[in-house]
Amino acid sequence: MAKQSKKQDQNTNNDPNTTGHVWDGIEEFNNPLPRWWLWTLYACIIWAVIYSIAYPAWPGIKSATPGLLGWSSRGDVAADIAAAEAANQGINDKLVAADIVSITDNQELAGYAKTAGAAVFLTWCAQCHGSGAAGAKGYPNLLDNDWLWGGDIEAVHTTISHGIRDETDDDTRFSQMPAFGEILEPAEIEQVANYVISLTGTPPDAQMAAAGETVFMDNCAACHTEDGTGDREFGAPNLADAIWLYGGDFDTVKQTITNSRFGVMPAWSGRLTEAQVRAVATYVHQLGGGE
Amino acid sequence: MAFLDKHKALERNVTLLAIFAFIVVAIGGLVQITPLFWLENTIEDVEGMRPYTPLELTGRDIYIREGCYVCHSQMIRTMRDEVERYGHYSLAAESKYDHPFQWGSKRTGPDLARVGWRGYSDEWHVDHLRNPQSVVPVSVMPKYGFLEDRLIDGKYIQDLMKTHRLVGVPYTDEMIENAAADFAAQADPDSDFDGLVARYPKTQVRNFDGAAGISEMDALIAYLQMLGTLVDFSTFTPVANR
Repeated sequence: MAKQSKKQDQNTNNDPNTTGHVWDGIEEFNNPLPRWWLWTLYACIIWAVIYSIAYPAWPGIKSATPGLLGWSSRGDVAADIAAAEAANQGINDKLVAADIVSITDNQELAGYAKTAGAAVFLTWCAQCHGSGAAGAKGYPNLLDNDWLWGGDIEAVHTTISHGIRDETDDDTRFSQMPAFGEILEPAEIEQVANYVISLTGTPPDAQMAAAGETVFMDNCAACHTEDGTGDREFGAPNLADAIWLYGGDFDTVKQTITNSRFGVMPAWSGRLTEAQVRAVATYVHQLGGGE
Repeated sequence: MAFLDKHKALERNVTLLAIFAFIVVAIGGLVQITPLFWLENTIEDVEGMRPYTPLELTGRDIYIREGCYVCHSQMIRTMRDEVERYGHYSLAAESKYDHPFQWGSKRTGPDLARVGWRGYSDEWHVDHLRNPQSVVPVSVMPKYGFLEDRLIDGKYIQDLMKTHRLVGVPYTDEMIENAAADFAAQADPDSDFDGLVARYPKTQVRNFDGAAGISEMDALIAYLQMLGTLVDFSTFTPVANR
């Protein structure tokens, strides 16, 4: 080649700074590695040796070398959890020992329970009740004053501990509305649906609503009471407050009467500690609707 | 450098190079893989584990078909935040009947290793699969309502179980014989399911999707409701050094 760069020029003709390998006239440089790089490599090698002595590393036939520090991932997480539990032990004990109705009056306990309860709520409750506790169709809103099974802190605590219609808990809250599709005539169902809507709004058919009153008194009043305000003893919803769990339009109400509903809430006493249940009960209680 | 001169022979013969490269890679593989068959922490036996019931196994296949593993892991790591969020950390034994395992590698959605244990109702699962945003507004999960409309009959369940037996899942002859009956019994609370529960302890028998017939929704929910329920962590004490 006629025009060679200066550098290439320097390194041809048996430059001592080459490996001596030549392929098709191309020679290979033999520049030393940068010092910092080389020393970093040596340091890493030494670190690796120390690390593999200190921590579990080399696999044998039955087990790996345990390492001088005796570290294990299971031991590590157990220690982490134990430390967190120990840190909260004092206040958790107080929370469990306290009379449940007095928690809200105790500033220290209430403050802790609200914060801890919010974390529990987001982990375990938000999936159904929503991260803001406003609920969804079929999953009650916990911000309002409408409670199916009672809204004082003891009732909320019982609901959380034992759940609703949870077969795995013997003390669960249980009730079952009959599917009136098998009991009433279709016309009667439409009448009573109109009547139920008329308790809080304008029914699609006022005449049918009037006829539905008799059907309601005969079939529904036993649980929902004669004025439709419901009965918390049976978790029978208040039908006179314009708050609907599944929807208050005619079709939905008709569907509810025909097929009934069977909302389930799991019992949490087996998964959460008593302190956690009390914390989340306090959290839910102070959201706005607590009684 | 006599050694390097010999190396030249390898570099100039592609067959020889391939053979020696294979040997080197094989040594690396053997060192990493073979101890796993004997190491005590990888073959820890845990009480409660059983093979999947026919319906759960079908649900698991649907889980794989729909690519649930792309967004959901089934592997709770040994860290305090994971344990508090998802439940007890996963044990190797809990995936021992998984072919292939569903540990996943990425969590766009939450970990599902103990989703059954966490207590969601069947209704919630139906609502959520139909329209995830109806219960979790911020969710980016697609809708899976079509699973309800796809009825399944368990026609090939026996073959599927035989295949799993072939790769080491201890399905007994009795289990395989009753595969189709067990498949149908699990989704029907009015059926005679005593045999099913005897063969597969802790089996949950319900009409999972609340509708007539056995749909893919039934199978998938049966699988999800089983996840994390087999090992009883109130009696199981993990050995710390594993």
